[in-house]
Amino acid sequence: MNEMQTAKQHNTGLTGESELHAHAVDFRGYLRRCLYVFIAVVCTTALMIWISYLPHYGWPVKAGLILCVACVNAFLVAGFLMHLLSEKKMIYTLLGFVVVFFAGLMGLTIYAMQDMPTGTVFH
Amino acid sequence: MEIPYVVQPRPDTGIYNAKVGIWLFLASEVMLFGALFSAYVLLRVGAVPGEWPHGWLNVTLGTINTLVLALSAITTLLAWVACKTRQFDKFKFFHACTLLLALTFLCIKAYEYHDKWIHYEIKLNDGTFADGHLVEKSPDFDLGKKTGTVTLHGRTVKDETLLYDLRAQQNIELREVTVAAADIKQMENYGPWHNTYLALYFTLTGLHALHILGGSIVIGFLWGPGRKLWKTDPDHFTNRIEVSGLFWHFVDLVWIFLFPVLYLM
Repeated sequence: MNEMQTAKQHNTGLTGESELHAHAVDFRGYLRRCLYVFIAVVCTTALMIWISYLPHYGWPVKAGLILCVACVNAFLVAGFLMHLLSEKKMIYTLLGFVVVFFAGLMGLTIYAMQDMPTGTVFH
Repeated sequence: MEIPYVVQPRPDTGIYNAKVGIWLFLASEVMLFGALFSAYVLLRVGAVPGEWPHGWLNVTLGTINTLVLALSAITTLLAWVACKTRQFDKFKFFHACTLLLALTFLCIKAYEYHDKWIHYEIKLNDGTFADGHLVEKSPDFDLGKKTGTVTLHGRTVKDETLLYDLRAQQNIELREVTVAAADIKQMENYGPWHNTYLALYFTLTGLHALHILGGSIVIGFLWGPGRKLWKTDPDHFTNRIEVSGLFWHFVDLVWIFLFPVLYLM
């Protein structure tokens, strides 16, 4: 990019409108999408609560199932409300780093649980 | 001096600068909450079996807060769409809804905190425990001088472990229990100091509530004095709404995991 270009030029497209605004946005379409997402969030929340009250299942099974449903819930919010399903490569690259570091953080935590000094006594 | 790329995307990234900035900020936020969640995992898995609190929080209130926050995420998206379609009245309506829902969330959270604050566990000299919500303390109540009485709406138990898993117990009968200060060995409310679970609960939800508060201030600014920008540069204003919306969706995402972890598991 030519350094002589002013910030004003950077902020104004050739047509005088931003690239983002150049895309047609359908309000009713978004409203419908939001309604579906909200219904899905209500359903997943109800499902999590139902799982938590299931008898005959241990905590690890329930926790695993609940977290799976929570991930679906998070996908709906991130994918549709945050538009992550149709984002630029730059954002995906950034999130790739986040996933790696987050996995490392959790991995180290789980690894540390088994890493007890010799002779540790549990009460 | 005008800041470049506040409206148009940068050629090398493909997006405007503020959006790159908010995603970098959200990445750091993921690690912040991730560290706290990993602390939760470590402490939860390492807890003595049967001694991790279960059923201490009101699931109904937690569910209402989940839906309130989900609805606010939707209204903030619709506010952005209204800006994109140049419908400023709709923007004002949806952003006001977001603000009201955020305040509703905070009010419910404050009620829950208050509920824990007035909940006491009293260890008595005979080895039993009185547990419940504070009804009243007599005017002369002084734990140091061992004078007066305290009344709780709750129950007494012989074994402290009975106070941990409330979901496993059916038909818990609650009544008014009056205890003399002279009989009290230790008295403590359900604050963050009470046990590991409550320390995690107050830290995680407190940090989350601070994010809600911060987001509300930004949303309130954009709805109020910040809306002047709409008249001079609507595209720039729309981008600001998008950036604040991304933060708000992240706050919703965090709650999506906080709710099951603290209320259900």
